[in-house]
Amino acid sequence: MAAQIFAYIPHKQGTPDDAALELATAAKQMAPDAAATAVVTGTGADLDAVCSAMAKVYPAVWKIDNEALSYPNAEIIRSVLLRLLPEKALLLVPHDTFGMDLSPGLSIKMKAAFIPDVVETAPIENDELKAVRQEYGGAVSTHVVCSVAGGAVVNVRPGAFQPRESADAGGQVTDKSDDVGDVSAKRRYLETVAAEVGDVDITKEDVLVSIGRGIEDEDNIEIAEDLAKAMGAVVSCSRPIVDAKWLEKSRQVGTSGQTVKPKVYLACGISGSFQHLGGLKGNPFIVAINKNPKAPVFQVADVGIVADILDFLPELTEALE
Amino acid sequence: MEILVCVKRVPDTAENEIAVNRDGSDIERDDLVYSVNEWDNYAVEEAIRLRDEKGGSVTVVSVGDEESEEVVRREMAMGADKGVLLSDDAFEGADGRGVASLLKAAAEKGAYDLILTGAQADDGAGQVGGMLAAMLDLPYASLVNSIEVVDDRRLKVGREVEGGNQEMNAIEMPCVLSIQTGINEPRYVGIRGIRKVASVEIPVYDAAALGVAAEAAGGAGAAVKRLDYFVPALGDGAEMLEGSTEEIVEKLIEMLKAKGGIK
Repeated sequence: MAAQIFAYIPHKQGTPDDAALELATAAKQMAPDAAATAVVTGTGADLDAVCSAMAKVYPAVWKIDNEALSYPNAEIIRSVLLRLLPEKALLLVPHDTFGMDLSPGLSIKMKAAFIPDVVETAPIENDELKAVRQEYGGAVSTHVVCSVAGGAVVNVRPGAFQPRESADAGGQVTDKSDDVGDVSAKRRYLETVAAEVGDVDITKEDVLVSIGRGIEDEDNIEIAEDLAKAMGAVVSCSRPIVDAKWLEKSRQVGTSGQTVKPKVYLACGISGSFQHLGGLKGNPFIVAINKNPKAPVFQVADVGIVADILDFLPELTEALE
Repeated sequence: MEILVCVKRVPDTAENEIAVNRDGSDIERDDLVYSVNEWDNYAVEEAIRLRDEKGGSVTVVSVGDEESEEVVRREMAMGADKGVLLSDDAFEGADGRGVASLLKAAAEKGAYDLILTGAQADDGAGQVGGMLAAMLDLPYASLVNSIEVVDDRRLKVGREVEGGNQEMNAIEMPCVLSIQTGINEPRYVGIRGIRKVASVEIPVYDAAALGVAAEAAGGAGAAVKRLDYFVPALGDGAEMLEGSTEEIVEKLIEMLKAKGGIK
C-alpha cells in the first residue's frame, strides 16, 4: 500500500468534530499498517488547539494557517488541498454538508476516484478499495469497488465508524502554512443564519410523536396532534413535512433539523433515512409504525408495527382517551 | 439569465417499496413507478422562478434512455423552455463522473449563466453537480436552499448546513449550484400541461453529437463499480407487534407506560 492516507479534520471553536476520531477508525480499517496524516485548516489559537488534540490521535498532523481559512469555505480549501496533497493521495472527508461541498470537485481536480457516503470498508488489497454504501434512502445497500492506485477521495458517513480508544499517538505537527498559495475564490462566505426558533422546543421534550410522508396530507396532521395530546407529547416530523411547509422547520428531527434526545420516540410513517436518524440521540425507546414492512426504520426501532398510520393512530388515541 | 437544469429519471421512492432482485445484481425493477428525481424538480421550479423574474430561458437536460424523455417533457410542462436528452447505448452504466462529463459536453454547447442540479438522486451520492463544476472550472455551492440575484454577475445563495442553519455566500456567475428540497414549492403539472408540450421536439444527442469518447463516459469507463445489492442485517431489528389492532394497541400502551411515554 504505497498511497499516503490523509484525513480532513472539521472543527469548530477550537474543538475537533466527532468525525475526527471516526476518520481515524476508517483509515485504520482501510490500511491497518499505514500512518494517516490529519489535515487541519483554520487560523490562530483555535487551529493550534485542534492540531494539538489531533496529534494525540494521528501520527502526523498538517497545520494550515491562513486568515482566509478562518471559515471552512470548500471552494478555497479545495485549491489548498490540491496544491498540498501528494500525487495519488487517499483523502478521507466526513460526508457532511462541508464534505459534500468539497469532495466531488476535488476528486475531479486530483484525477482521483470518489466514493461518497461510505458506511463500511475493508482493507485495501492490490490497490482496490471495497466499501459499502446505501442507496434509495437506506432501503438497500451495495458493495462498491474502485482502484485507489491513482489516489481517491472517500467521504465517510458521520456516525458510521466508531471512535477507538487508543494510546497517545504522539503525532508531529508540521506547519504547511507557507505553501497554501492563492486563496482567492469566486465564492465568498458571508454569514451563518441560525435556524429560527419555533413555538415549541422539541429538543427539550421527553416524548415525541414524529410524522413523515405516511401522513399523506396536511389535514391529517390533526391525527398526530390528537395522539400527542392524549400522550402528553409533542409533534415533530421528518424532512418531507417541512419541505411541504406543513410544519415549521423547528419541528424537524434530523441532521438538517434538530437533534433531539427524548425518552420515547414514535416514528409514524417515517422510512428512517440516516439523515433523520442522525438527529435522534440518547438511545430513546423507538416505536416505528409504517405500512411498508421493509422500511429501514424497523431495523433501528425497538418495537415495530406494520400499519397505515392514518388508521392506527386514531385507534391508539381513542384507547388512550 | 440562461439557465441549464440537469434532471434524472429515478424510481419514485414514495410510490415503490425498493427491494433487491433475486440474484442481488440490481433492485427489483418490475412494476417500478418512475418519476423525476425530487431534488431536480425543485431545481427546475427555481430556474423557472429566476427566469420569470430576470428574463432569459431555462433548458432541461437529462442523461438516460428514451424513457427519460418523458421526464424532460414533464419539466417542460412545468415551464422550462427547452429540453435536451443525452442518450447513447454506450452511456449505459455511467458513474457520477461519466454523467458529469456528458453534462459538461452539453453545457459547453450553450452559454449558461447558471447550471442547477438536484443535491442528490436515487443513489444518494450527491456528486454530479460538484464534479460538473470542477470540469467546467466554475464556482460551486451545494445544498442551496435560497437564491437571490444581486446583479448581472453575482448571486447570494443560502446553503443548508447542520442543525437547520443557513450558510450565506456570495457567488460569481457563471456557476453551478446543487439544489436542496424545500427551496420552493414546485408547481403541480396536470395532464393538460403535459399535453401542451406533447408534440415539442426534444433533440437527442449521442456520443458523436456531444463529441465525447463513448467508452470513457459509459459503464466501461466507470471508476467506481457496484458489485452487488443487498439488505444488511442490522442488529436484532424491531420486535414486531402482531395481532388484531386492539391487541396491538393494548400491548403498545403497556410498553409506552413502562417506558414513560404516556404522561
